[in-house]
Amino acid sequence: MKTFLKILLAVGITVSAQAKDVTLLNVSYDPTRELYTEYNAAFAKYWKGKTGDDVTVNQSHGGSGKQAQGVINGLEADVVTLALAYDIDAIASQAKLLPADWQSRLPNDSTPYTSTIVFLVRKGNPKNIKDWDDLTQKGVKIVVPNPKSSGGARWAYLAAYAYALETYGHDDAKAKDYITKLYKNVPILDSGARGSTITFAKNGIGDVLLAWENEAHLVLKEFGTNNFEIVTPTISILAEPPVAVVDKNAKHHHTTEVAAEYLKYLYSDEGQEIAAKNFYRPRNQAIATKYAANFTQLKLVTLDQEFGSWAKAQKTHFADGGVFDQIFQPQN
Amino acid sequence: MLPGFKLTLGFTLFYLGLIVLIPLAAVFWKSSSLSWAEFWQTVTMPQAMASYRLTFGVSLGAALVNLVFGLIVAWVLVRYEFFGKKLVDALVDLPFALPTAVAGITLASLYSKNGWIGQFFTYTDEHHEVQSIFFSSRLGIFVALTFIGLPFIVRTVQPILEDIDPELEEAASSLGANRWQVFHRVILPMLTPALLTGFALAFARALGEYGSVIFIAGNIPMKTQITPVLIMQELDMYEYGRATAIAVVMLVVSFVLLLSINVLQWWTNRHNTHNLA
Repeated sequence: MKTFLKILLAVGITVSAQAKDVTLLNVSYDPTRELYTEYNAAFAKYWKGKTGDDVTVNQSHGGSGKQAQGVINGLEADVVTLALAYDIDAIASQAKLLPADWQSRLPNDSTPYTSTIVFLVRKGNPKNIKDWDDLTQKGVKIVVPNPKSSGGARWAYLAAYAYALETYGHDDAKAKDYITKLYKNVPILDSGARGSTITFAKNGIGDVLLAWENEAHLVLKEFGTNNFEIVTPTISILAEPPVAVVDKNAKHHHTTEVAAEYLKYLYSDEGQEIAAKNFYRPRNQAIATKYAANFTQLKLVTLDQEFGSWAKAQKTHFADGGVFDQIFQPQN
Repeated sequence: MLPGFKLTLGFTLFYLGLIVLIPLAAVFWKSSSLSWAEFWQTVTMPQAMASYRLTFGVSLGAALVNLVFGLIVAWVLVRYEFFGKKLVDALVDLPFALPTAVAGITLASLYSKNGWIGQFFTYTDEHHEVQSIFFSSRLGIFVALTFIGLPFIVRTVQPILEDIDPELEEAASSLGANRWQVFHRVILPMLTPALLTGFALAFARALGEYGSVIFIAGNIPMKTQITPVLIMQELDMYEYGRATAIAVVMLVVSFVLLLSINVLQWWTNRHNTHNLA
């Protein structure tokens, strides 16, 4: 028995000397669960082939802002893949775990895939919702999370606002008027994207859900195409959910190399294809063409183009006393 | 004085300090990152004021309703024998044990316009749409807070009620008291301290409740957004200072209210003892 144990121990030691077991923690936002489950398996295979090491990627999901706070407060993420750059900026500025210029380290502003905001309506589209101006009709009930709490909801708010800016010749007063009417039609503000999906799909509340494109497709997959359909508006925002290595944590775990490669591989043909299959719009044009059936063409405007930057959008729209708060103040 | 007083007092203070005071002090310390002007501006902003009114108002209402109905439930459980009594007794504790998110999701689906209960309580809004009166309204928040508060009253009143000798009531009756006088003059005074404790517990629990409310409340600023949701919203924007400033207001007001209930309890105790003597 003792010799057997010794052999076992010896084998264990030699094996670990040859192939390392590496663990990464990817802290992400709510709707990426299915995407990264598939991607992690593909990456583990690729990394094993390249280095012989076994890599296990643990995933953590939640509202983007809450996840970023978790990392700031000590959640040891090697990489973060969040809903918006503002949240990774917060990790950089408040906890100094990565440099402020993190977004320039990977192509396309560190966003390997993009998404947008679309409408999910009940089967047959009983309220006949086609585009953004239909949302402010009387009697239309819209389900969308609170933009102060949810990354996806911030993109949804900005998409609606961008529509109004484009439609009313960049007249801010008219855009504010539009956004006020829109949120007056919202009976419930959940704190995150998944919460709103449950409110709309499971509890049967509202006529239209403003959702991530990938989340809308997921609802069709989960709840069936007999109950819901996706309406793509004529214009929406190019939502850019970025990724970054959390330098200090990765250095501490000796995972800098594999963490960097984990994110770089998202840009590979295989990574891009997995993104497209999970209804994230790939950056790679060839793969985008291959999966064109998954994505309806529409006019996509960028945040920088319409709002300048996240810092500016945050200050004007979402900070206390900003445009979003003014919507709910009693009108005099 | 009993021996061991110093040791146990020391332990009590140490334990309270570790478990309660240090985290509370951290809240005050965090909120001190704001200047006075910022602090004042945050805690008095319109959506904060509206959320205090909502949270304290509805919590008070729910605790008061539980005070009456919790007493009735406790009375029935102590004074009567019936089939399934043990089951009912165990049911009372359910709101204690249920994770609040489960309670929230259950209540939201029960009280929505297609839910088992909600379908009977609907109205037609100005757009000719049928709506549940509970959904995205104060009434829905009230239902959730009543649900989680019930066990506090029942469980504090029940043991006192069990200790009351029915012979006291018989004696009162034989001396000519009618049923109302028996309840009002004999039973109620003995129950008042327990009722106040239960009320304070239910009220305090309702003030801090989050999970069971958010699914049914709608969380619309100025209308159905409770203070804990507002605090979460500030945290989600990395406004730690502002979040803790609002938390400090909640803490101070709750503490003052609970302290007054304790003083009231002490006063009724003394008053009753005096009357009996």
